[in-house]
Amino acid sequence: MTAHPDRTDWPGVRLHVVTGKGGTGKSTVAAALALALASSGRNVLLCEVEGRQGIARMFDVDPLPYDERRITKGAPDEEGRAGQVYALHIDPESALLEYLAMYYKLGRAGKALDRFGVIDFATTIAPGVRDVLLTGKVYEAVQRPRRSDKRADKGRHRDVITYDAVVLDAPPTGRICQFLGVNSELAGLAKVGPIKSQADKVMELLRSPRTAVHLVTILEEMPVQETADGIAELHRAGLPVGGVVVNLVRPRALGASALDQVRDDEVDPTAITSELSRAKVDVDAELVRSLLDEARDHAVRRQLEDEQRTLVEAEDLPTYELPRLAGGIDHGALIELAQLLRTQGMA
Amino acid sequence: MKLTPMKTPRLDIDALLDDRTTEIIVCCGSGGVGKTTTSAALALRAAERGRKVVVLTIDPARRLAQSMGIERLDNTPRPVSDVDSSAGGSLDAMMLDMKRTFDEVVESQASAEKARQILENPFYIALSSSFAGTQEYMAMEKLGQLHRQALEDGSHDLIVVDTPPSRSALDFLDAPERLSSFLDGRFIRLLLAPARGPAKLMTAGLSVVTHALTKVLGAQVLRDMQTFVAAFDTLFGGFRQRAEQTFALLQADGTAFVVVAAPEPDALREAAYFVDRLTDDEMPLAGLVVNRVSPSALTDLSAEEAIAAADRLRDSDSSSLAAGLLQLHADRVRIIERERHWRERFAASHPQVPTAVAAAMAADIHDLDGLRAIGASLAERP
Repeated sequence: MTAHPDRTDWPGVRLHVVTGKGGTGKSTVAAALALALASSGRNVLLCEVEGRQGIARMFDVDPLPYDERRITKGAPDEEGRAGQVYALHIDPESALLEYLAMYYKLGRAGKALDRFGVIDFATTIAPGVRDVLLTGKVYEAVQRPRRSDKRADKGRHRDVITYDAVVLDAPPTGRICQFLGVNSELAGLAKVGPIKSQADKVMELLRSPRTAVHLVTILEEMPVQETADGIAELHRAGLPVGGVVVNLVRPRALGASALDQVRDDEVDPTAITSELSRAKVDVDAELVRSLLDEARDHAVRRQLEDEQRTLVEAEDLPTYELPRLAGGIDHGALIELAQLLRTQGMA
Repeated sequence: MKLTPMKTPRLDIDALLDDRTTEIIVCCGSGGVGKTTTSAALALRAAERGRKVVVLTIDPARRLAQSMGIERLDNTPRPVSDVDSSAGGSLDAMMLDMKRTFDEVVESQASAEKARQILENPFYIALSSSFAGTQEYMAMEKLGQLHRQALEDGSHDLIVVDTPPSRSALDFLDAPERLSSFLDGRFIRLLLAPARGPAKLMTAGLSVVTHALTKVLGAQVLRDMQTFVAAFDTLFGGFRQRAEQTFALLQADGTAFVVVAAPEPDALREAAYFVDRLTDDEMPLAGLVVNRVSPSALTDLSAEEAIAAADRLRDSDSSSLAAGLLQLHADRVRIIERERHWRERFAASHPQVPTAVAAAMAADIHDLDGLRAIGASLAERP
């Protein structure tokens, strides 16, 4: 039912986990990927787990409740057919109450747990429970039977939505293995019992080829290093490494030879002066010098970017590049980024 | 429409560092804004201006850690070499070992036998080694230890602390209250119940809860938790007291919080959250550091003019070098305008917060010279 599953790099993947160092724009990339996947009538769920309401801000909608909301249409395909993007803000308290109600039919006991401070304990103090609940909810959305399920969802008056793909805006690279691996920690802690079997099932999905963990980076030393460390750590943890999204790439206004000339101070200012006056710019030597100085800063940065790009390429993973947009990120910009991800085969 | 540029008070970095009553500087902010680098740069500058400084970092980039000589996670301050000590100062650095700090607290508070019981409990091992939240508490615990030690032996007169890269970095502010409500709460009594008395004394409510917990967690996890809490019971009081002491220390006049941000909407929004949170808790906020501010344009040619001219040039020559230069200039101007817009927005809602700015460096920072350059940039008068 997917339009061109063979044309993307991730045909069998249902859960796309997007991580990245702080400041690399991982939430933007997660949103763009959700838009990119939501084409040709496909439904995509975009989840956030860090309590920041970043999705609501990006798409300019009211803060999201613990409920799946349709927030926008996806990026249209060649025939102009889009799909739907839903969003879900997962908070651990709601996830725990839902979990207890769903699997244990606790009723009175659920309320008693709250009264005794167990809910607060479980979601803030108890080790790892928070992450288990967050990943557990994502698991539920991915595993949901795809055909409309008639079983009444107690207390809720809506149809169960099913998704072709789920995108998780995950915690940063430094914490990703801990976050995704928390279920195996818990499964180790609890040797038997229902929590263990639930944790085992979540781990099975996260380690399967139906999951891909993508890493977002920018072409600077520290983020690239952290990406390499993250990839190695994911491999060690047996988690499926996806692609690398290189974000915020500087504009390619100058070609390679022009960059060399600018960097080595070999540009003839008189040629620039005459070009500029031909373009009706009010030109003087000062302006030309300033433009060349600015271009040299840029050329130095581009050289550093190229060095880092070589390191990213050495990871030998599918790599996608997204430009730094001078206008900032709004809905139009997200669609533009989504189309770029699509043309590069990420979705 | 452009906001009217407003005059924000300047954060005078050198005055802050030179003030001998400043004993602790806590750097907080969201991930990826250069918090660790800022902490290190402030610490180095203070040391070279004559302070005896120790910087506590959480997770420094490898090369930065190497250049400071703290590749190993050993919880002990190590002297940083190549610091200019002509003003009489010194710089030590250490990387936080969260688990070890936790273990040490347990060992210092409990008898050897009890400590062993706790350290071997699976619930404790999980809690102390790998889960979110512990890092924040332990960073503050270590800060308290360093401060007590500095008071005793005069080894340091300024402690600079980096905080973990998350919003929960401020969770330590809640620690005393959270511990108290937990300790005085019914849940702990519930967990302790089997250890303390016969089951028949349990109320109906308790048995419902125990039953539910057993159902969800399984009996073995509940037992591990009960053993842990029972063993930990006598320590909790000590923990609460320590958390309260650290809170008081943070609130004292000798502490200065520096909120770190980058000139981007997300980072500045997080910075606003930190500033509000610190203000609400009456914590001594020194000000805001905005890192990586793009260098200003060197000519006042507008972005629109530059783009229009570049288009004209490309119409006749698609590979025009001058067109490329104009396009780069337009891009630079737009980014600067956007950064200014976000900073003015922050200033509009927080007009009283003193601010210092560090210019973006052309290359990544991984040595003392780079840190010196950042420190100088922060201290520079505009």
